[in-house]
Amino acid sequence: MAVFMARRLVISIFTLLAASFIVFWGTSIAGDPMADLRGLQDEGQAQQQMMARRERMNLDVPVILRYFLWLGDLFTGDLGVNKFGQSVSGILAPAVSATLQLVIAATVLAIVLGVTIGIVSALRQYSGFDYTLTFAAFLFFSLPVFWVAVMLKQFGAIKFNDWLRDPTIPLPVILVFAVLSGLAWMAIAGGSRQRRLTALGVAFVATAGLLWTLSETGWFSDPGLGVIAVLVLAFGSAAGVTFLIAGFRHRPPLFAALATAAVGFVFYLASEPILEEPNWGLIFLLALVAIAVGLGIGYLLGGLQRRQAMAVGAVTAILVGGIIFVDYMLQSYGDYYGRVRGRPISTIGASTPNFRGGFWESGLDSAGHLILPTMALLLISFATYTRYTRASMLEVMNQDYVRTARSKGLTERTTVTKHAFRNALIPVTTLMAFDFGAVIGGAVITERVFGWQGMGFMFIKGLQDVDPPPVMAFFLIAGGSIVVFNMLADIAYAYLDPRIRVS
Amino acid sequence: MSTETSQPNPARGTPSDAAEGMSVVARTQGQIIRRRFFRHRAAIGGMITLGAVIILAYSSIGFGPFPGWWDKTYYSTASVVDGGRPTLSLLPSFLGGKGLRWGEHPFGQDNVGIDYFALVMRGTQQSLVVAFLIGIVSTAIGASVGATAGFFRGRTEAVLMRATDVIIAIPTLIFAAILAAAAGRAGIVALGLAIGAVTWTGLARLVRGEFLSLREKEFVEAARAAGTKSRRIIFKHIMPNTVGVIIVSATLAIAGGILLETALSYLGLGVRAPDVSLGSLISLYETAMPTRPWLFWWPGIFIVAIALSVNFIGDGLRDAFDPRQTRVRD
Repeated sequence: MAVFMARRLVISIFTLLAASFIVFWGTSIAGDPMADLRGLQDEGQAQQQMMARRERMNLDVPVILRYFLWLGDLFTGDLGVNKFGQSVSGILAPAVSATLQLVIAATVLAIVLGVTIGIVSALRQYSGFDYTLTFAAFLFFSLPVFWVAVMLKQFGAIKFNDWLRDPTIPLPVILVFAVLSGLAWMAIAGGSRQRRLTALGVAFVATAGLLWTLSETGWFSDPGLGVIAVLVLAFGSAAGVTFLIAGFRHRPPLFAALATAAVGFVFYLASEPILEEPNWGLIFLLALVAIAVGLGIGYLLGGLQRRQAMAVGAVTAILVGGIIFVDYMLQSYGDYYGRVRGRPISTIGASTPNFRGGFWESGLDSAGHLILPTMALLLISFATYTRYTRASMLEVMNQDYVRTARSKGLTERTTVTKHAFRNALIPVTTLMAFDFGAVIGGAVITERVFGWQGMGFMFIKGLQDVDPPPVMAFFLIAGGSIVVFNMLADIAYAYLDPRIRVS
Repeated sequence: MSTETSQPNPARGTPSDAAEGMSVVARTQGQIIRRRFFRHRAAIGGMITLGAVIILAYSSIGFGPFPGWWDKTYYSTASVVDGGRPTLSLLPSFLGGKGLRWGEHPFGQDNVGIDYFALVMRGTQQSLVVAFLIGIVSTAIGASVGATAGFFRGRTEAVLMRATDVIIAIPTLIFAAILAAAAGRAGIVALGLAIGAVTWTGLARLVRGEFLSLREKEFVEAARAAGTKSRRIIFKHIMPNTVGVIIVSATLAIAGGILLETALSYLGLGVRAPDVSLGSLISLYETAMPTRPWLFWWPGIFIVAIALSVNFIGDGLRDAFDPRQTRVRD
């Protein structure tokens, strides 16, 4: 395995080198780097600046030599200067964090949502849910990102912020949402007519009731979870995780999940002094502790189902931690709302200019800026993942080993999660690496629409200025992360498919 | 279903005739595929929509020396009527609308009074040309590279596939943007060729895979034993068996192509002013969204209509060529 990965890495590096030459060459011949100086009134000054720039960009040597000069600098850790003489690494540093945040958030969300919905869609093939999603996927494939992003700006930010001034949902809208949710759950539930109708009714009442309560109590003007919601969500996710990973047939995993949720809730009640003003290091540490606690509880309570119980405990711990995190963040919403003058969803930039706040407030600020670009990026990848997962799940469900699993009397849940799901993921991992490149391309467009000063902006500006060093810096990060994602996909592949590990 | 039993004819009663009546109607591969395609309703809808868009775009304002039926042009300004609001109305009067009406400026006018219908039609024409060019170029390159690599194996394959890997390492939009930065200045044909030159990698890999398995088949063996030249084996014996993969990919390349071209034009790297494409129109009127939303809506709707119908046609073709995973229940 290690040899396999090492060989892959070496090949990737050479591929990247060849690709970097193409990018350098393409950028260098894209136009006239002096275009902005040719129009200057003062001839003498223009001449002088041109001379300086010619010197700085090595324009007197051929493009190939210029590439090797750049490459030589790169090996000493120097990204060079742009044509105006600014250091590229100075511009790059703030740009990278903004863009990577955006790209990674969109990719992770797309994988989680796309895979989940793809599987449900495959399990309920030919249902209304399936047909609707298929159509939606086709629509998403056909949407131009920039058009959607501008629409999101108009409706997701400007109109939504206006609505937040008096956040009540009119009754007809509530009913429409409730009917839609009822229909979706009816198709997802499947099975006998009675089961489907029950699902329809329950989902309708639950959605309508929830929306009505939220609207009437003015929840949207000060969203938050509070003690009761945290309690309900923690134990709800404990039950959900148990259902997905272990099922309810044996008690120990369920007990492990409930115990983990209970420990998490107790921590939540006592966490005020620790989480008042944390930092990312502390959050990371707490997440590790949470996983350890979940694993420990699973180990202690697991009995014969120890492995399952440990998995259930760890996943529950992560989810409960996430719920607590969201609750703390929303606690500072009131302050934040006041400070941005009632417009929490932002349309421009990666953070509010000159915004200084505590950990939670600046976190909320980032989230408010991140949400719309992420949605725009999510749309395309989501469709790809849904289609791929659905196709691969359908193929797997027809395999002999799934029939064997069913015929030996396993429950449908075990068949799907243990025998089919893992195998269905194998082709999806190869998609990951491909899709990541597409998301980076999408980020260039999204950044332009939302006015982020990220890497995409750097790339477009560098290209239009015929200025290779910033473009190359962008390409190094983008290409490098594609290589990393390729490696991750390979590791996931080896984990999912034992045949690769053995050979 | 690829086969169908015809009704036995009761007038003739001999056993052999009855058996013949039960027999399967012979159809060529082409007929079977055509029948499957025409049963795919979404694909037919897509074809009708795409045809309508193409006819509308080319017949309305005309192209080259041919005049169109629309009396306004996409470059002449006029006085702005009614704030440039669109006069197109689709809501019949008994529903509270203004009745079905085309009007003076169906898609409205922009801020200097240019008829927006003519402008959008011009953009559609340009975007369609680029999209089809991308489809043709990328299919031609992808199929040739894949066929050569898959058929000749050895060093040829290694070189071609490494080159493909290098191109894949650069995100498509980035590569297309870099080439378009130079080619966009040279007009839309150069732009289409440039984008087509970077979007062929997926097809090359698919075709190579097909060739790798097909070249080991007996019929290729037989052809080779009969002394057939490589060129003839590739084009006459193997290529027809991969035509499904190629056609479906070509369709999807067109759909991807229009999205890529409009995105580049939106970024200012594709079709440049004074020429327009659907993408550059959106870029131009993006800020008009709150005040004159129609300037923003129409180009987008045309992009989605074209891309969606091409995608549906591609889906129908895929089902027709490879019915293993049809969406429509038989």
